[in-house]
Amino acid sequence: MEPVKTVSGRMAPLDLADVDTDQIIPKQFLKRIERTGYGPFLFYDWRARGGFVLDKPEHAGAAVLVAGANFGCGSSREHAPWALRDFGFKAIIAPSFADIFRANCYKTGLLAVTLPQSQVRHLIDLASEDPTAQLTVDLQAQEVRGEGFTYRFEIDPFARHCLLEGLDEISLVERHDSDIAAYEKHRAAWLPAVR
Amino acid sequence: MPRTLAQKLWDAHVVRSAPGEPDLLFVDLHLVHEVTSPQAFEGLRLAGRHVRRPDLTVATMDHNVPTRGGIRAADELSRKQMEVLAENCRNEGIPLHQIGSRHQGIVHVIGPELGLTQPGMLIVCGDSHTSTHGAFGALAFGIGTSEVELVLATQCLPQKRQGDIAVTVEGELPVGVVAKDIVLGLIGRTGTSAGQGHLVEYRGSTIRRLSMEGRMTICNMSIEWGAKAGMVAPDETTFKYLEGKPHAPRGAEWEAALDYWRSLVTDEGATFDSEISVDASTLEPHVTWGTTPAQVVPVTGRVPMPHSETDERALRYMDLRPGTALAGIAIDRVFIGSCTNARLEDLRAAAGVIQGRHVHPKVRAMVVPGSTTVKREAEDEGLDLVFKAAGFEWRNAGCSMCLGMNPDILAPGERCASTSNRNFEGRQGSGGRTHLMSPPMAAAAAITGHLVDVRELM
Ligand code: SF4
Repeated sequence: MEPVKTVSGRMAPLDLADVDTDQIIPKQFLKRIERTGYGPFLFYDWRARGGFVLDKPEHAGAAVLVAGANFGCGSSREHAPWALRDFGFKAIIAPSFADIFRANCYKTGLLAVTLPQSQVRHLIDLASEDPTAQLTVDLQAQEVRGEGFTYRFEIDPFARHCLLEGLDEISLVERHDSDIAAYEKHRAAWLPAVR
Repeated sequence: MPRTLAQKLWDAHVVRSAPGEPDLLFVDLHLVHEVTSPQAFEGLRLAGRHVRRPDLTVATMDHNVPTRGGIRAADELSRKQMEVLAENCRNEGIPLHQIGSRHQGIVHVIGPELGLTQPGMLIVCGDSHTSTHGAFGALAFGIGTSEVELVLATQCLPQKRQGDIAVTVEGELPVGVVAKDIVLGLIGRTGTSAGQGHLVEYRGSTIRRLSMEGRMTICNMSIEWGAKAGMVAPDETTFKYLEGKPHAPRGAEWEAALDYWRSLVTDEGATFDSEISVDASTLEPHVTWGTTPAQVVPVTGRVPMPHSETDERALRYMDLRPGTALAGIAIDRVFIGSCTNARLEDLRAAAGVIQGRHVHPKVRAMVVPGSTTVKREAEDEGLDLVFKAAGFEWRNAGCSMCLGMNPDILAPGERCASTSNRNFEGRQGSGGRTHLMSPPMAAAAAITGHLVDVRELM
């Protein structure tokens, strides 16, 4: 994975809570067997209805999506962060994320950043009023910065480390092969095996 | 130190722990299906890796299988996805329950019925409803495709320790009120995200009296209030369910397993981060009115006033007005199926309501058993005849209209009484409107042609 350190760019405001993964990438697009190419289908149904915020010219090319609480709830489909990434987003800011979705974002190299409701409200209002406003999400400093404000955010230290270094988690785990083998030796005999 | 059930399960799977790092956990069972796995297998291949423990991995086809007509009835992309799964399983030596085979079915239905799901295990799957397996006193949760690849390669998963929540349900369930109503009522109270970052234990006398099927329904929907996993301590009901199942231990091993399983309870004096209590005796049958499972009220209630932009959107999408009585809202379709409510007990409960009655002429109703085994057993009891005589379509096993990846979908604007777990916009078909409820409630709606309190038909 490519290291992720800072994301800078404009914002797209999605002022809704409980945005589920069925909206982010509807099921008819989960039939592909690749990890890429989902961008055109991001929020497919909402965009098909017309007037959707991401299709407004002033938000074209935004790097940061700012959304309401419990973003990414629902299914475990990693296609959701893939679609957000393919569309051009590099960071998502919300008051809270569904657990699996957040984990999937980190694996995809998308920065999922949690800020308090009031600060998210400020960002959504700012992006709506001034779509050209620039925002920087700095993972190293754990800060979200814009003109005249700096918000600090918390993030799981290990996830942060992996993102900053662009670490491949499988290789990390493989280093502990002897621990895994030792654990395997002591598993109870009755545990089911499928073969 | 007294520990909770969740802590015991966690501790038993730690391969390695180091300060500042997530614990490395060992996975006892990895369930795989066609939709979230192709990219993971591809990743392995590109890196020259192989599946470490194909003997602890099992695959099924469920999400986009057609429920009639076999694999040839599938669209080209779905067929391709199923073929890719079959090829990956062949190459890596992973057992596969493919379409048309004896044990094929929804991944969360076949694990338990094959006896692969057992107390004390750590179970993962690239699917959020993996929490279902927690009903057996297992630690079970959904993962994304990158994590699927990681588990295929290493049989392990790094995980940060999570907090514990206890949900204690006490009291006698009134007639017509079932497990689905307990969990819908709970989500209505907690909202969609109260469980985030937590492992939930469902306990109390009401849970103890529930069958394994009922416990699975509740654990299944844990994710709908944001929880990482839901679980119930194993007891005699669990052991009775498991005994004799194809993969359950036998003889001396059964006795050894039982000894261990009996230790899987929250110790006296262990503490939870938070506790919620539910009085089952006051519950009524529940129905969702909106587009999240938390937008739910008793069927005797009315569509509430909107409190937020999210509520207003939901009302617009569902084409409902505040103040409308839920009972009486006309429906077009009925879906009895999904990993929440398509086990034998669910089908029996629905058939009990339908027996001797007929589906309303304006309604199209279908039953999709959760697995081929459930279908066979239901047919052995003659349940298929009850459904068919009433005018229900009787289909082959799969996820079907729970998420509509196969040809079974709602048309735009159609309103559906569904026993599944998600009423998100477009979940059952673009523009379709979903009302979640229990199997008896869905059966009653099929008969009357509108949302109705099942107790009126009892
Ligand atoms: S039945 Fe529905 S919720 Fe369950 S695994 Fe299938 S798609 Fe997911």
